[in-house]
Amino acid sequence: MLKNNTQGYGLISILIHWISAIAVFTMFGLGLWLEELSYYDEMYRVVPHWHKSIGILLALLVLFRIIWMFSHPAPKPLGSPALAKIAKAGHGILYLILIVLFISGYLISTADGHSIDVFDWFSVPGFGSFVENQEDIAGEIHELLAFGIIGLAVLHALAALKHHFLDRDNTLSRMIKPVRNSDDN
Amino acid sequence: MKKVLSALLFSALLSPMAQAADYKIDVKGTHAFINFKISHLGYSWLTGRFNEFDGSFSFDEKNPNAAQISLDINPSSVDTNHSERDKHIRSKDFLHVNKFPDAGFESTRITHEGDNKYKVIGDLTMHGVTKQVIIDAYKVGEGKDPWGGYRAGFSGTTKIKMEDFGIKNVLGPASAEIEFQLHIEGIRQ
Repeated sequence: MLKNNTQGYGLISILIHWISAIAVFTMFGLGLWLEELSYYDEMYRVVPHWHKSIGILLALLVLFRIIWMFSHPAPKPLGSPALAKIAKAGHGILYLILIVLFISGYLISTADGHSIDVFDWFSVPGFGSFVENQEDIAGEIHELLAFGIIGLAVLHALAALKHHFLDRDNTLSRMIKPVRNSDDN
Repeated sequence: MKKVLSALLFSALLSPMAQAADYKIDVKGTHAFINFKISHLGYSWLTGRFNEFDGSFSFDEKNPNAAQISLDINPSSVDTNHSERDKHIRSKDFLHVNKFPDAGFESTRITHEGDNKYKVIGDLTMHGVTKQVIIDAYKVGEGKDPWGGYRAGFSGTTKIKMEDFGIKNVLGPASAEIEFQLHIEGIRQ
C-alpha cells in the first residue's frame, strides 16, 4: 500500500505527487500575486513570506521525492515505448526546472546574506552573492522557469488525460489509488 | 619693455586663477559616497547608496565661481542592504534600470555663498528625466595627502521629489522626497 510495485504507485508516491502538484500551482499563484501587491496592501509582507516558506518546504519534499524515487522505482509505463521515452524525458525536465526554481528563488532572497524564514518554524541561512546583481539575474530565471513549469505541468496533465480517455489505460487512475500487485504478497 | 614685462607678470599671476585645478574623484580608493535617505512610513529613515559612479570636478579657491562637477552614476548599483528591496528599486516601479541605464549630475553654475559654502546648480538625470537641482555644498577641506598628492573634499545635500523624475510614489506621502547626500573627495591631476 505504501510503496510502489510493478503495477502501480504506493500511497507515499501518490501523496507526494499530488502535494507537489497543488504546491506548484499555489506557488505560481502566490508568485503572481506578490508581484502585483502595492506597498500599503495588508498582504504586502505576508504573501512573499508564504511564497518563500512554502518554496523551501517544497524543495525539501522534492529532495525527499528524488531519493525515494531512486530507492523505489516507478511502475512500468503503459502505452507505446516511444511515447514512454518522451514521458520519461518530460518528467526529468519537470524535476530539473523545479530544482533550478528552488535554487534561483533562494539566490534572490539571500543575495544580501540574509536568511530565509520558513513560517516561524526555522530559517535557512543565506550565503550572500556569488555573481554581481545576483538577485536580478536569479529573478529573471525564476520568473521564466515559473511559466515554463506551468506550461509543462499542463502538458503533463493533458498527457495523463489522453492515457485515461483515449488509450483507456491505468496511467491516471494508478496515480490516484494504490494498485494491489498480483506479483506481491 | 616695461609694458611687456608687466603684461607677462600680469598674465602669470592671472592664469592660475583663470583655469581651476582639475580633480578626479577618488572612486578607486572609495573616498567618495553617493548616499540617500528616504522616510519609511514617516516613522524612520531608510538609507542606501550607489556603489558605482565616476566623475571629476574642477575647483580653485581663488576663483570658486569657475568650479564645475560632473558625475556618472550607475543606477543598478543601488544598495540598501536588502537584496529583495534593491531588486524592487531597480524594477520598473522605481529606477527602471533596464530602460534607463544612465544617471548622473552635471553642474551648470556654482556660486560661492561665503565661508566654505557653495551652491551647486546643475542637471540631475535619473529615470530618463533630466531636471535642475540645487545642491547645498560645503568644502570639507583640501591639502596635501601623505602620499605625495593633493586632495580636496566636499559634502552636499539636495532633496528631490520622486514624482518630478517620473517615478510614481507608491510609498506614501511621507516618502515622496529623497534626500541625496554626497561626499566627494578628488585627487588633483
